Amino acid sequence: MSVTVRIPTPLRTATGGDATAVVEGGNVAEVVAALDRAHPGIGDRLLDEGGKLRRFLNVYVDDEDVRFAGGLDAPVPDGATVSIIPAVAGG
Amino acid sequence: MLKTDTVGTVQGLRCRECGRSYAATAQHVCEFCFGPLEVAYDREAQAARATRAAIEAGPASLWRYAPLLPVLRDDPADRVDLGAGWTPLVPAPRLGAALGLDDLWLKNDTVNPSFSFKDRVVSVALTAARALGFSTAACASTGNLAHSVAAHAAKAGMDNYVFVPADLEAAKIVATAVYGPNVVAVRGSYDDVNRLCSEVAGEEPWAFVNINLRPYYAEGSKTLGFEIAEQLGWRLPDHVVAPMASGSMLVKIDKAFRELADLGLVADRPWRISGAQATGCSPITTAFKDGTGAIRPVRPTTIAKSLAIGSPADGPYALDAVARTGGAMEDAADPEIVDAIRLLARTEGILAETAGGVTIACLRRLAAAGRIARGERTVAVISGMGLKTLDALAGEVGPTWEVGPGLDEFRAAVSGPAQEVHP
Repeated sequence: MSVTVRIPTPLRTATGGDATAVVEGGNVAEVVAALDRAHPGIGDRLLDEGGKLRRFLNVYVDDEDVRFAGGLDAPVPDGATVSIIPAVAGG
Repeated sequence: MLKTDTVGTVQGLRCRECGRSYAATAQHVCEFCFGPLEVAYDREAQAARATRAAIEAGPASLWRYAPLLPVLRDDPADRVDLGAGWTPLVPAPRLGAALGLDDLWLKNDTVNPSFSFKDRVVSVALTAARALGFSTAACASTGNLAHSVAAHAAKAGMDNYVFVPADLEAAKIVATAVYGPNVVAVRGSYDDVNRLCSEVAGEEPWAFVNINLRPYYAEGSKTLGFEIAEQLGWRLPDHVVAPMASGSMLVKIDKAFRELADLGLVADRPWRISGAQATGCSPITTAFKDGTGAIRPVRPTTIAKSLAIGSPADGPYALDAVARTGGAMEDAADPEIVDAIRLLARTEGILAETAGGVTIACLRRLAAAGRIARGERTVAVISGMGLKTLDALAGEVGPTWEVGPGLDEFRAAVSGPAQEVHP
């Protein structure tokens, strides 16, 4: 169950500058845990004190926003790309 | 990371969530908690420079408030300036009579250089971008921002890439493309466009006004609040009603009033601020109404495309500002939005785009529900102009009569009922 995680610029200080990481995991929670094992400390930056995804983060599994798909429980298929994207203002 | 020495009144950037400090660079989120970064100012330097007299002697544009804006290089010649801001604040007695409001005013931001309030944020953002050394501008947009970036980048001679949903109103795409930008039409929603741009912003050395330049960009919306207060004779209104997409504009109007009061430029008195969305994209008003404060993203389906942001980044702060000031939130369905565009036009002579229809339709709902008292001095923000969204009026209005060029035919027609010839 190998997935590719795309790391946004502000998080690359936690990955030694790497823009992607390849980890194992069958859902978003497992992917976050695997990322934290590969890059200790990254979990604290993705999850708030209550263990939920931080409110200014958007996480996508392929093209699906995980908030429409179960949040941390959202399934992550083998070979998927997980994108972590800070929320932006707009219009 | 590009950076510059700070001048003027800017101290740096600060995380709105956790308070960590950063230098004044092109960076928009906290590296630790991903909270949005905000510009931090030297309040004493601001107080020394931003006097009523100095502001009143300034240009008839948003740059009269330069000491209160994130200016990184303090030479007016370096500004990217098409003359945005200092738009009319007009009393609206005829609309007020229709809605049961005795002291209603309209902030008419349809008359900005590219015909929406986005010129405020873009002028500030691209001025900062130049000071930070960028030569290419970019944005993710629901239309108005792209239009404004293309216009300001043309004036500044900057390369630019504007990303928009491919299903945008044709008028907005054409009105943007004419300035010569690279228009990237993305097959997807605005939230998809944003996602793509967030990833592009990590790869390209571009000034994305609403991404890496967002701390500077967002501050530009404060000038709406500054102008409203100054134009009311350096007095705060009782109530402001603002449209919400990401929620940033509403938050910054509230911040502007706080800053003016803290600087002693206006008497510190309570104000209320209320937010308006289209029912077809109402993640913020839904969170307000259900009382949870939890914003669940939505997939937008509304004619108010300029407000169609399903995942509103500043929604939590908009909820905070409305709750703290005792305001309210409403949303209006597409037919109400069209009715409100027509009501505004025929009572006050202002042709607003769909976002203005949202604001007026929600103003009507708030007044009818007693959330705005009849006597409150209320300002509604009309954020963009209606020629951009004529599609919304297709089949709604048209010639009253169609006649041949003969006088008899004309007289016969006007003595009878309207034919209502709708294109």
